[in-house]
Amino acid sequence: MTILFYIAAIIAIISTIMVITRTNVIHALLYMVVSLLATAVMFFLIGAPFIAALEIMIYAGAITVLFVFVVMMLNLGEEAVKQEKQWLSFSGWIFPAFLSLILLLEVIFIISSSGSVPISGKVIDPKLVGQSLFTTYLIGVELSAILLLAGIIGAYHLARRKKKVVHRFLELEGAEE
Amino acid sequence: MSSISLNTGLVIASILFFLGFLGVMIRRNILFMLISVEIMLNAAGLAFIFAGASHNAPDGQVMFIFILTMAAAEVAVGLALLIQVYQKFKTLDSDAASNMRG
Repeated sequence: MTILFYIAAIIAIISTIMVITRTNVIHALLYMVVSLLATAVMFFLIGAPFIAALEIMIYAGAITVLFVFVVMMLNLGEEAVKQEKQWLSFSGWIFPAFLSLILLLEVIFIISSSGSVPISGKVIDPKLVGQSLFTTYLIGVELSAILLLAGIIGAYHLARRKKKVVHRFLELEGAEE
Repeated sequence: MSSISLNTGLVIASILFFLGFLGVMIRRNILFMLISVEIMLNAAGLAFIFAGASHNAPDGQVMFIFILTMAAAEVAVGLALLIQVYQKFKTLDSDAASNMRG
């Protein structure tokens, strides 16, 4: 059980490193799916099977597909990959990365110096989660409904194409939309 | 059965969060920056799940569901903005939109 957990954690970390260093967007998205699946395995092993299913369905299923649709709409070609290679210059990011790596090591030191609490891996029933969601956290559920509505309206409004207002004699061929 | 401790989980979550943060810093492409923000949100949710599992309480999982909702709304609005930026500037460079002209 513990070994499976650590294997999943190492896969998640390696595939996340691959995500942030790829130059092709689709390759990065595929590595992100691998990372999310490894995270779902970790959730399953520490006793959250419902969250593991949600992670696969919503993160790996819905959000990644949304990214893929946008990449299809943008229709990026070989030039984008070349441009990306050019943008990923070593000298620009190495110093801030070094400083934040020191901060990460400090955080790891602080976490590991405090007392350890073992995780039993006991499965928490989805029924308990649902009960907690609709009694204690009911206001949060209502607020997230409002947030999703605002997200829908905002995405629709922002992604809409503006209609061109041009006189019909000045309009070029095929410019109608 | 298993000897996973809370500290191990928090270390894994902070490494993943750091990698997402690094992705936001080293990339100039807005699409990659959005992907890295997703990685950071996922790492925060991972920390919540570990904390909930160490107390045998469902509260961590409830918080993860809220984070999931927030991530979905955020990525929808972010991708809509990205499409607008691409149509206006014909590039995904985040520096292209640095001058706030209407």
